[in-house]
Amino acid sequence: MNAIEFIISGMLAAATPFLLAALGELVVERAGVLNLGVEGLMALGAVLAFIVVYHGGGHTLGFIVAGLGGAALSLVFAVVALGFRANQVATGLAIGILGQGLSALFGKTYESLTIKGLPKLAFPGLSEIPVIGKLFVQDIVVWISLVATLAIWAILARTRVGLVVRAIGENPKAAHAIGYPVIAIRVAAIAFGGMMAGFAGAYAAAVYTPLWADGMIAGRGWIAIALVVFGTWLTGRVFLGACLFGAVSLMSLAAQATGLDVPSQLLSSLPYLVTIIVLGIISADRRLLKLNGVASLGEPFER
Amino acid sequence: MSILAGTFLPTLVRRERASLTAAMLAPIAALGIAIILNFSLYMLMGRDPAAVLYAMLLEPFLSWSAFSEVLLKAGPLLLIAQGLAIGFRAKVFNIGAEGQFILGAIFASSIPIWFPLATGQWIWPLMLILGAIGGALWASITAFWRVRLNANEILVSLMLSLVAAQFLNYLLLGPWKDPAGFNFPQSVMFQYDAMIPTLISGTRVNVSLFITLALSLMAWVFMQRSFMGYKLKVGGLAPRAAGYAGFSEGCAIWLSLLIGGFAAGLAGAAEVAGPIGQLQRSISTGYGYAAIIVAYLGGLHPIGIIFSALFMAVLYIGGDNAMVSANLPIAAVRVFQGSLLLAYLIAVAFVRYRLEWHRPPHRSQP
Repeated sequence: MNAIEFIISGMLAAATPFLLAALGELVVERAGVLNLGVEGLMALGAVLAFIVVYHGGGHTLGFIVAGLGGAALSLVFAVVALGFRANQVATGLAIGILGQGLSALFGKTYESLTIKGLPKLAFPGLSEIPVIGKLFVQDIVVWISLVATLAIWAILARTRVGLVVRAIGENPKAAHAIGYPVIAIRVAAIAFGGMMAGFAGAYAAAVYTPLWADGMIAGRGWIAIALVVFGTWLTGRVFLGACLFGAVSLMSLAAQATGLDVPSQLLSSLPYLVTIIVLGIISADRRLLKLNGVASLGEPFER
Repeated sequence: MSILAGTFLPTLVRRERASLTAAMLAPIAALGIAIILNFSLYMLMGRDPAAVLYAMLLEPFLSWSAFSEVLLKAGPLLLIAQGLAIGFRAKVFNIGAEGQFILGAIFASSIPIWFPLATGQWIWPLMLILGAIGGALWASITAFWRVRLNANEILVSLMLSLVAAQFLNYLLLGPWKDPAGFNFPQSVMFQYDAMIPTLISGTRVNVSLFITLALSLMAWVFMQRSFMGYKLKVGGLAPRAAGYAGFSEGCAIWLSLLIGGFAAGLAGAAEVAGPIGQLQRSISTGYGYAAIIVAYLGGLHPIGIIFSALFMAVLYIGGDNAMVSANLPIAAVRVFQGSLLLAYLIAVAFVRYRLEWHRPPHRSQP
């Protein structure tokens, strides 16, 4: 398999942890809340899913437990940041540290054990196309994630629920004045984001790698937050960004495999460097950020 | 809501002025809550809570040698947190101190690694200066990205920390690896003159503790007494007002990040030229991240930070003890740190708000 086929076939799977977490964070930020704890939520999801699958609970149960765990920890964020109106940046950082700590604590005895991933399912017909066909052979979670992307796009952009969420992110006082429960909807968005981050971690540890090691999320939660900015808070662009990062992380793998004369540490830091560069390019266009940006992002709501 | 109608609901009501009593009590209350939560967790994990309490929170105080290790750990935390707090008060969230610390250590190590035979009393001071410059340079990338390219400093500084860790690995596995080091990813041991003189014989506490305390005093003067510090605080509280008064936001960002990077870099240099004595992979056990908690727990106030740094150092040393004597994984320290910050953020709400219990108003259906 040459490098291009390698990247085409693996890109979507590599993108899935980024995509799931970023979709969750997108909804949270659309509702006007900045949750920086994604890295910790993913770490918790990863260890929970791994433990369930390792003990024979199966992948479905693993994902459910990881999603519930992520949602539960993100509700702690909701209580502190919304209930007690704490600084959202500090609260998110605390959740991140707590989630990573809990994951290391729970996973201590599972370090470097392995489990079985999931089989690849071919999309009938399309998977027989030469070269690009590889794109249509994916595990079930990737297929579900693609459907979820479409669903979240449709809900945010085309439905009343999406409109309310966006209104609350844009102008919570006005949304409150016309009778929408701002705090309740924000809490629901945060719980959804936590669940998605839990799924993202579960995918990383129980399908993609599949093993658990302390620090295995390796900044993917932070990149997911950056993806929301790259995507200028639009679902389609967030999806494209996730694919880009899937490809970048595979490029560093492919380059290492071909024995390219580049230090492996430089290749490992490629996703972080690309994040820094793309963040600079996108952010420099202030008009673009303003156009779709969330006006009340990170500000506590008081009646 | 109809089920709850008629019951008493707690509501946060903003105080006319922040309560000083609550501000002083908040960290203590947070500590109490965090201790109760975490010790319940240890009991669930089947550990003897008394043994953990003894090992984690008492043992570090029970001998001079243990307490000197606490002072040693507190140094870098104190230094980094003082730098970060200045930025946090200006609402510049530099969370990349970890990377700035690593770059400081790398810059400082360049002298003993390139000139292993050099002697003279100038070596370790020069290393400290180089380290501070290295940290500030690494932070200046974030400042540039934020001021010129409008990029979020939280994300950029964090990404740069991950890059810095990879860069350190590269040096230790490649050009800076000790050729006689049995392939371990570490540099040569530094010569005698590259080490900061120790303060008290028999312990590892060194002169850098004085430097750290002096810089803490400077941080206090800067934040509480200087016009520049005042401008930074106003910029953080009311960016618009600051803008009208002619305080430039860009200047505040540059200043915050350079101070933060300077302090973190200096801490990194003091770590390699102090207790470690060589460049290693594990030069920082998460100091850059723990210092964020230290800064908040100290109320972003230079004096408060001295106490919170000491406490966090106790937690590190005590965590090491508990790992040995109570069979507690070291990850428990991270859990404690995270829950402590959360408890503090809750407690601090009572500085600005008071809790009122009253019947929710009966709302007519729209």
